[in-house]
Amino acid sequence: MGKASFLRDRLLPIGTVLVALVAVWYVFVVVLNAPFERDQAARAGGTIGFMELLPKTMAQERPVLPAPHQVFAELWDTTVNKAVTSRRSLVYHAWITLSATLLGFAMGAALGILLAIAIVHNRAMDRSLMPWVIASQTIPILAIAPMIIVVLNAVGISGLMPKALISTYLSFFPVVVGMVKGLRSPEQIQLDLMHTYNASSAQTFWKLRWPASMPYLFTSLKVAIAISLVGAIVGELPTGAVAGLGARLLAGSYYGQTVQIWAALFMAAAVAALLVIVVGFAHSLVLKRMGARA
Amino acid sequence: MTAMSHATAASTVVSAKSLGLTFQTADGPVTALTGVDLSVEKGDFVSFIGPSGCGKTTFLRVIADLERPTSGTITVNGMTPEEARRRRAYGYVFQAAALYPWRTIEKNIALPLEIMGYSKADQKARIERTLDLVNLSGFGKKYPWQLSGGMQQRASIARALAFDADLLLMDEPFGALDEIVRDHLNEQLLKLWAATRKTICFVTHSIPEAVYLSTKIVVMSPRPGRVTDVIESPLPKERPLGIRETPQFLEIAHRVREGLRAGHSYEEHA
Ligand SMILES: Nc1ncnc2c1ncn2[C@@H]1O[C@H](COP(=O)(O)OP(=O)(O)OP(=O)(O)O)[C@@H](O)[C@H]1O
Ligand SMILES: [Mg+2]
Repeated sequence: MGKASFLRDRLLPIGTVLVALVAVWYVFVVVLNAPFERDQAARAGGTIGFMELLPKTMAQERPVLPAPHQVFAELWDTTVNKAVTSRRSLVYHAWITLSATLLGFAMGAALGILLAIAIVHNRAMDRSLMPWVIASQTIPILAIAPMIIVVLNAVGISGLMPKALISTYLSFFPVVVGMVKGLRSPEQIQLDLMHTYNASSAQTFWKLRWPASMPYLFTSLKVAIAISLVGAIVGELPTGAVAGLGARLLAGSYYGQTVQIWAALFMAAAVAALLVIVVGFAHSLVLKRMGARA
Repeated sequence: MTAMSHATAASTVVSAKSLGLTFQTADGPVTALTGVDLSVEKGDFVSFIGPSGCGKTTFLRVIADLERPTSGTITVNGMTPEEARRRRAYGYVFQAAALYPWRTIEKNIALPLEIMGYSKADQKARIERTLDLVNLSGFGKKYPWQLSGGMQQRASIARALAFDADLLLMDEPFGALDEIVRDHLNEQLLKLWAATRKTICFVTHSIPEAVYLSTKIVVMSPRPGRVTDVIESPLPKERPLGIRETPQFLEIAHRVREGLRAGHSYEEHA
């Protein structure tokens, strides 16, 4: 694939969609923010023409919907122009959330893998655990997140751990489901082969089930890492946390700082994208080492 | 008298007596095998031939302890199939190559050796020797998908030969290959059999293949799966490919064909 086709095949379609989205966004900025400007004009005892109104809708202090350039100005200001250790730096807040995300993800992945191993190797576990695993995800996380945090606070656990546990709670699920499928993915003939060698279940696990499950593992890890981030952000909401992307969102909505909210949202999306890309990279690296077709 | 029966027992590798196997399926019982009496002696090359569904695979799987018979008895090396399997008495070549795609060819051959605890140095020597035996030297570092179907099948044979099992169970190993490759592999298999002195049980659909390879041909027929004829081949051990045009060869092939036809007419009148 040459440069020209990269431009044509990847950049052009993505760029077109992006331009369209931004255009639609600006239209909504004008539509949603115009009533406020008309109100202001009416209060001053006059009316306002469209050409006069247009720039004003894009420069409000607390717009209903901030314009893209306002959000990016805020993003620029809170990342590049602030020291990363500063409370006003979005990078600082992103790091707070990211550390909880990563810890929660690691615990969720480990828990998910262990549960999947138990379920695949033990019929009783399959029958007794799987319904609970599924039931756990029917409880809205917003309902139990505050309880987890309050209960943990009461026993003296606070800070990173409660948030990470909420991430764990969300992220173990796709890993269990994916890994149960992956560990069961070997064909009968591949299992029969192990049987003819009189292989132990540990040998069958390490030499067959585990490698066979790798594509399933990474697919579920991609989902798990994204919802780990959601979990960490949700975990920051009910505590009135002072730091983290969730805290920024909450503070923004208290004070009607929509620009700050949107900047935090974009930061969260960027972090999520980065995490998924990293997992995807690990995925292709592992598959390559396992001899997958280039 | 006792000494003699002991001697025969020691050289009998597989002994089945009125063996039967009925699968319980959702649509009712399916009798895959019934009343099979058969013995395979040490050093035999036994071919199983018969129409699809006559229980050839099932019989091999019973020997390998992958299925349990529902009636009759069977011993492998004088033991139950399970004991024999626990002692790694046989190598099994499945109809599909069943190589693990994430392992290179040499790693695939190493798989049984790792499981059975052979030393690293021994593994290396055995991989080299068996790759050479199946004419795949130089392909050890390739992944299965980089090899043709015939090469993959040879790799799976190498894998079954790598460890010290005196019995080789092969389920239509060359079924999916073209005539020319098949001829070539048949010749190689005979050489290998002569060189290793193994006992081989070999399933095939091809009459010439069965006659060319075997010291004993077991003709089977379906519904229910049973043995209709056992032919001891009078052909010499040394068999050039040209032997397939000799009258003796054609005579045995004729008898096999007759046996198969008899099985078929049963099916039509049933
Ligand atoms: N696991 C199973 N459950 C139920 N029925 C089975 C099972 N395995 C085989 N059978 C049935 O047993 C009979 C014999 O099957 P088998 O696979 O041994 O035949 P085969 O001689 O190897 O045929 P082919 O030449 O097509 O491979 C068939 O009727 C088949 O449907
Ligand atoms: Mg078969």
